[in-house]
Amino acid sequence: MGPSGCGKTTVLSLIAGLIAPSSGQVLIAGEPVEGHHDKVGYMLQRDHLFEWRTIEENILLGLQVKRICNRQTRQKALDLLNKYGLGEFKTYHPHQLSGGMRQKVALIRTLAVDPEILLLDEPFSSLDYQTRLVLSGEIVDIIRREKKTAVLVTHDLAEAISMADRVLVLSPRPASIKAEVRIELGDENTTPLMKRKDPVIQKYFDYLWKELSVHAEQT
Amino acid sequence: MPNRHNAKNGAVSEEHARFLRQIKRENIKVTLLRVGILVAVLVLWEIGAELRWIDPFIMSSPSRIIRTIGTLMSSGELLTHVGVTVWETVMGFTLGTILGIGIAILLWWSPTVQRTLDPYLVVLNSLPKIALGPVIIVWVGAGQAAIITMALLISVIVTVMSMLTGFMEVSDEKLLLMRTFGATKLQLLRMVILPGSVPSIISTIKINVGMTWVGVIVGEYLVSKAGLGYLIVYGGQVFKLDLVMASILILSVIAVLMYLVVAWVEKRYSRNR
Repeated sequence: MGPSGCGKTTVLSLIAGLIAPSSGQVLIAGEPVEGHHDKVGYMLQRDHLFEWRTIEENILLGLQVKRICNRQTRQKALDLLNKYGLGEFKTYHPHQLSGGMRQKVALIRTLAVDPEILLLDEPFSSLDYQTRLVLSGEIVDIIRREKKTAVLVTHDLAEAISMADRVLVLSPRPASIKAEVRIELGDENTTPLMKRKDPVIQKYFDYLWKELSVHAEQT
Repeated sequence: MPNRHNAKNGAVSEEHARFLRQIKRENIKVTLLRVGILVAVLVLWEIGAELRWIDPFIMSSPSRIIRTIGTLMSSGELLTHVGVTVWETVMGFTLGTILGIGIAILLWWSPTVQRTLDPYLVVLNSLPKIALGPVIIVWVGAGQAAIITMALLISVIVTVMSMLTGFMEVSDEKLLLMRTFGATKLQLLRMVILPGSVPSIISTIKINVGMTWVGVIVGEYLVSKAGLGYLIVYGGQVFKLDLVMASILILSVIAVLMYLVVAWVEKRYSRNR
């Protein structure tokens, strides 16, 4: 989390190797990032499904770009689609799906290329509140079941606390890490919605709010 | 329109049925008015010429036009002239579209080339291409090649500019998404830019059909020995206004046919979008 314009998206782009750092290094599991690499999957704010492709063709996009689209990888992508309840829509075109479903398709498109780390850049910001709550639960579930590490950028405090195991707060530009909080709410089966109802969430909320507000006053 | 939208059996309620009937009545009214205007003009024109309100030698008349078309048809001349013009149009259109899209791709590919050539494109676009007529005639000869070149010149610049705008309108974030998968520039072109620009390609083609017609007729005015443009110029020079009017009528009919073909293509391609 961090104030707008502090460089959250830039951090993700650096991790993904889309831009090169002007100084310093990005290390993933001890290995430096140099340009594009296959370890991360990047999910953008909006789904950007290609309207001229069907849902099935959309989730195969990454595989086709990387030229690894064969029987197995294709079947794996379709299995993901079935597993998360979108199998019957595979012949549909994106405009026939709701915003939440489209964002889920975008996640499956990202997962289809089997990245080790998922980068999520405010993936719920274009959705209405209700859809956000439902989808954030589903996405946490998918990330857990697929055993992925995820880096989520958000400026919704409750979203950060209910979805994450660790929250890092960035300061305004030039950003540095100002605070780090481990979230200990329930166990790994606790859904974000259950966490939101936990009274302890208030403690984290107040602490993070204070950290963010301090910086807001400075600007 | 499919049958179930019919006023009788498609309505969900009495109000809905009334509403649908009203829309249908409105549509019929507009169609009748359209046909009415055409009939009224033709009838007035014919009567006016018959009663010598206007001089049919200068203004021609519907019956004279039909007679002229009949003569042209029975002598086989009509087919030759229409054939020549349509051939030139198809050639100019095909070359203009392919060349235009090709150049647009080149400009998209290299921002440096795009920025360098931008002022030239602007000048070429605003230059009346007919001014190049003499140059074309000297360079490629006073034949069909000159006519096709003229048609090509008129359509190609517009194609380049509107295609390039179409390419640039494809969202940057779609390209960013592709880059997160490590896409090459060729993949961006093939998988995003071209399929994403199909609507622009179709609207460009629509404009191009018209542009090519202008180019071909202008070209025929300048150099030709056959074709509808030639018939119009020839008719004017020898004061055969019947011939001029007949040629213009045939030209309009072919233009409508061509428009229908393009509209049909557009419908086919936009069906599953």
